[in-house]
Amino acid sequence: MTVGDLSSSPSSSRELHVLAVDDSFVDRKVIERLLRISACKVTTVESGTRALQYLGLDGDKGSSTLKDLKVNLIVTDYSMPGLTGYELLKKIKESSAFREVPVVIMSSENIQPRIQQCMTEGAEGFLLKPVKLADVKRLKELIMRSGEPEDETKHSCPKRILQDDTDSSTSTLSSSLDVSSLDDDTPSSKRMKLEPRAHD
Amino acid sequence: MNTVVAQLQRQFQDYLVSLYQQGFLDNQFTELRKLQDEGTPDFVAEVVSLFFDDCSKLINSMSRSLERPENVDFKQVDSGVHQLKGSSSSVGARRVKNVCISFKECCDVQNREGCLRCLQQVDYEYKMLKTKLQDLFNLEQQIVQAGGAIPQVNIN
Repeated sequence: MTVGDLSSSPSSSRELHVLAVDDSFVDRKVIERLLRISACKVTTVESGTRALQYLGLDGDKGSSTLKDLKVNLIVTDYSMPGLTGYELLKKIKESSAFREVPVVIMSSENIQPRIQQCMTEGAEGFLLKPVKLADVKRLKELIMRSGEPEDETKHSCPKRILQDDTDSSTSTLSSSLDVSSLDDDTPSSKRMKLEPRAHD
Repeated sequence: MNTVVAQLQRQFQDYLVSLYQQGFLDNQFTELRKLQDEGTPDFVAEVVSLFFDDCSKLINSMSRSLERPENVDFKQVDSGVHQLKGSSSSVGARRVKNVCISFKECCDVQNREGCLRCLQQVDYEYKMLKTKLQDLFNLEQQIVQAGGAIPQVNIN
């Protein structure tokens, strides 16, 4: 488990602290850098189980020293051995301590039913891998614009899936892709689905 | 001194462009380069190094799973291909990723021969890319040592 900045000084309260969960070492390194370069504090863990341990949700009394743990965003891969990202999402949403924390799912596969399932379970958004700097910047803007969780009135807001571009098509990949590069050059409108919270 | 730097920068640029043109790299590699700066000059090299370690490990374990014709663990192979495809995609290793796509298809239909061919191909591709990127990083180093800056290269 790689821990980012351990300082908990009040001056860092405006900085987003992100917990990133991914079983791929390569992807962890990339997402960590993407987030750091976007001025976030980052903690990376390699599994859903480790994530639950970190958050003190694993039921182990010994790990609940977490009164002051501030996590502003959780970004998790979907396909992981053991606990999947979806199962992790459910556990987070079931917890009283962290259910207000936005959870974003990442996946290399653009599977609509899977995306829908996650959004229905309360995911804040879905990022198609490979994740790019623009994705993280956009994500951060959205999370920061939503304000502090305590001010949220999100329970009264209808959930909405927001395409981040003017392209209105919601189908899978652009037909301009050549066959040999299925994941390349996906227009950004298809790469990320995010829903705004209280503020549109 | 100036022309040496300019020459090296030109060499670097041409080489990098050729790697894209020949399909070794895709846009994601460009994205990785954006994440590198003077404070983290080795970021890309470190990430690709992790990737190559991953390749080696996964290829070895898939090779073992495919070894005995009467007892192939296709689930394990599929898992390995999935991981390899994911990490190659994350670093922009286009050719490696494309082999993984074919590899997955062979796995899905439990075609052991096809899998073995893909395994060999993926091994070849990652090693080829490793050599190419090593040459690229060497050029980068030479530029820095000659007092120059690494060019921003725009790939369309």
